[in-house]
Amino acid sequence: MAFLRAFGSHLPARRVGNDELAALTGVTPEWILNVSGISERRFAADDETVASLGLAAARNCLEKAAVAPESLGMILVASGSAPRFTPGAASQIAAELGLTETPALDIPVASAGSLIGLTLASQLAPKVGPVLVIGAETMSRAVDRTPEGKDTAILFGDGAGACLVDPDSGLVRIADFTLHTDGSASEILKLEAGRIHMQGLNVILQASRKIPRAIKTLLERNSLAPDAPAVYLMHQANLNLIKRVADTLKVPHERFFTNLERYGNTSAASLLIAADEWFAAQTKPVSAPLVFAAFGTGLNWGALLALPA
Amino acid sequence: MMESHARVLSVLRSVTGKAEADPGEDESLFSSGILDSFALADFVSGLEEEFGVTVPDSDLSARKFDTLRKVDAYIAAKQG
Repeated sequence: MAFLRAFGSHLPARRVGNDELAALTGVTPEWILNVSGISERRFAADDETVASLGLAAARNCLEKAAVAPESLGMILVASGSAPRFTPGAASQIAAELGLTETPALDIPVASAGSLIGLTLASQLAPKVGPVLVIGAETMSRAVDRTPEGKDTAILFGDGAGACLVDPDSGLVRIADFTLHTDGSASEILKLEAGRIHMQGLNVILQASRKIPRAIKTLLERNSLAPDAPAVYLMHQANLNLIKRVADTLKVPHERFFTNLERYGNTSAASLLIAADEWFAAQTKPVSAPLVFAAFGTGLNWGALLALPA
Repeated sequence: MMESHARVLSVLRSVTGKAEADPGEDESLFSSGILDSFALADFVSGLEEEFGVTVPDSDLSARKFDTLRKVDAYIAAKQG
């Protein structure tokens, strides 16, 4: 058994509004808001990295859980924008936490990486002890802020989130998950030579079918109706996509937590940042199921069901 | 084929809310502004419902649904 015990997050201080990006990409601030639902995003400072953002989120999470780094059985770091492929940010974050023997592994899957991390942690935690899952990204450095690159430049922001997956106790219990990979469409969304390449039409088409299907699979095999979850915590890719998933499931839009209006698409970090904010706003213990869902490079996608602890 | 074409056009008009849309056979539905990314997803779902076919994930490419001629051919092949 495994539980989601605590969440944490860290956002860079610099806020970037639509007016600033509109001037660079040749569109209007209103157009950006209309096509993405994003009002502003955060950009990392020059001295901030995937590892430093991830470390700050990790410390925030461990502090909330009142857990010392030495208690961790493993660290998993999801990122599609780490500047170095290997070694990635995981070993650096572990070292900064003072850990020199604890396994620390990278999951180089943009957008869906933190969901994959949670699912792996749910299986590993009973064996190795508490697993710290981190999603950290500096996607603002992977976009082309010119008119040619407007479709991606307007979407992405930087940030990090973290979750402690514990084998013994927590806020909610991980009950089930479903993960999928379809490499036949991997070219429609990729990071190459430090740049993100996205075929928007095809990504939306794939995501708008794959995400609801994964959620339905998960709910049906757990005998739950789509309106049973208290909240859907989804990768914050695009407000219109989130609404479409809600419509497909016939669930009110309000049931899907969103914060991309303020942070944009922070890729693998977004799911954990959203979860941190949602749990922080709860005044009572969770009493209904929760669903996490994500879609990203690979293509990788899936959903995770958590039940009251 | 003519009846099928009319049904495709009807689905297109329904999902886009553009009742007057009348693109040429080879006119790009995207370049012309008739379809955007979210309307494309609705269009594909609408075609599945209208024609009782299933569009597999491997066919989820905007290129396959770019013009009415391509859509007509795709539906004909699926119903083959």
